[in-house]
Amino acid sequence: MSDALLDPEEARRLRGKRVERVAKWALPVVVLVVLLVLWDRLIVWYEIPHYLLPGPGRVIETLVKDWAMLFEAFLVTLQITLLALAVAVIGGVGLAVLFNQSRFAEMSFYPYAVILQVTPVVAIAPLIFIYVENRTVGLLLCAWIVAFFPILSNTTLGLNSTDHNLRDLFRIYGASRWQRLRYLQLPSALPYFLGGLRIAGGLSLIGAIVAEYVAGTGGIGSGLAFRILEAGYRLNIPRMFAALLLIAVTGVVIFAGLSFLSHMLLRRWHESALKRDS
Amino acid sequence: MNDLIHRPILPLGQRPKLIELAQVGKVFNGQVTALRDMALTVNAGDFISLLGPSGCGKSTALRLIAGLSTPTQGRILWEGGQGAGDLGVVFQEPTLMPWATVAQNVYLPFRLRGQSFPSVKGEIDEALALVGLSAFAEAYPRELSGGMKMRVSIARALVTNPRLILMDEPFAALDEITRHKLNTDLLALREKIGCTVIFVTHSVFESVFLSDRIVVMAARPGRVIEEVLVTAPYPRDEVFRTSADYAAHCQVASQALHRAMGDAT
Ligand SMILES: Nc1ncnc2c1ncn2[C@@H]1O[C@H](COP(=O)(O)OP(=O)(O)OP(=O)(O)O)[C@@H](O)[C@H]1O
Ligand SMILES: [Mg+2]
Repeated sequence: MSDALLDPEEARRLRGKRVERVAKWALPVVVLVVLLVLWDRLIVWYEIPHYLLPGPGRVIETLVKDWAMLFEAFLVTLQITLLALAVAVIGGVGLAVLFNQSRFAEMSFYPYAVILQVTPVVAIAPLIFIYVENRTVGLLLCAWIVAFFPILSNTTLGLNSTDHNLRDLFRIYGASRWQRLRYLQLPSALPYFLGGLRIAGGLSLIGAIVAEYVAGTGGIGSGLAFRILEAGYRLNIPRMFAALLLIAVTGVVIFAGLSFLSHMLLRRWHESALKRDS
Repeated sequence: MNDLIHRPILPLGQRPKLIELAQVGKVFNGQVTALRDMALTVNAGDFISLLGPSGCGKSTALRLIAGLSTPTQGRILWEGGQGAGDLGVVFQEPTLMPWATVAQNVYLPFRLRGQSFPSVKGEIDEALALVGLSAFAEAYPRELSGGMKMRVSIARALVTNPRLILMDEPFAALDEITRHKLNTDLLALREKIGCTVIFVTHSVFESVFLSDRIVVMAARPGRVIEEVLVTAPYPRDEVFRTSADYAAHCQVASQALHRAMGDAT
């Protein structure tokens, strides 16, 4: 493209786009740096002792020092989270397909899915840990309860949002129920499902953390939440911050991964993945 | 590339019967009479337009013929029974699957019959060639213009070599230039493969240009008022569109439509 073809308006638009592309990354980084410096300075200026509020440097230091323990805990939490998400996908999509295929199944069970969703998991979790022997299974169950509903409701919505003309067309060509599901409803539901999946990813992390808090027992195989509790009892504030940092990073990575997956699956055909000028 | 059968189109009056609608009626919810006593004999090779004001039961008639709903009264009989792939449908919207390529969309009728893609590749290629979209087989619908999407929809309707194609205001949402082009192309297509078409439209001009039989309908209750024959020979092209013959037929059809609308009020 030669610059001769750019009128002033187009040139301005192009320049704006270039600036925006850089700013999208640069601005959050600047904010982060400013906040970190401010945090660090405040501690120095007001002489806050590190057992009340550690500076950012000390948090990083602790993260490095306790890395072995924290990383092990991180793996435990990550494992519960991902397992719960996988079970939520299977359960959510399975139930959505079942409800879609049988109105009576939907009428019978949907209200209970809603009840499960609106009851806070913190309230159910203690009971679960009384009746479920295996700690991992208990954690999984808690995380699943929190995570499956957005997948269920979004996928249900998607399965029911097929174009009615396409539905007629499938009927005219004598499609079986299975063919309609496979070739029409599931692809139509994909964008809705992926939206639900992104929400469920965050929720399963929350579910896993909350369940760990409630389960409360430590020892081998305890996750990040338990490490935070433990550090709290010992007034090891820097370690609490370090564990918190790991949890936040986990959430961001899960969200980014699922967003990327969604983009890859939809980029060829779905409006949401469409890039338009202006 | 000769997978799609060519059926010869005989002159009006010599065509064998294809479908018979005998006193067909449709009442919705036991109250709304969408269609009353429709009698229509569709012959092989006919290009029939259903012309009438909104709500006169054109779409209802088409859905009944397509088997998407069952008549309250009367019967619809296919001569020799209806086989798989005997029917193609084009809706007002292109109705393509956005997640599938153009070729995969045209493949749909075969896929639902359990035929593999390679085994019908010839038919798909030819159908796409007929509508002039060979170069876009691997494109996705959202990459196409409105007129091109409609062409894909037409290719899908004719890929199974149907005895009858139903079209419900297929070009109503397109601009006039595209509509004229598609009208001309549709006639050329019909000439090539000899299919029978029932075409729903609001436009007198479109119905005269395309069809040899115009069935004029009136609303409340939906019913057939009269039939206008357009005797001008095919192939018809842009020359026909500006001819006195065309204008005369348009006037006849227009008057029939006015009688139908006067009837309704
Ligand atoms: N599923 C339905 N339930 C109840 N009434 C219906 C239904 N479908 C159509 N009708 C009614 O039947 C009548 C005929 O409808 P139809 O859609 O066949 O008209 P049309 O000629 O296709 O109109 P248009 O030109 O606006 O598409 C209308 O009064 C409409 O309200
Ligand atoms: Mg209609």
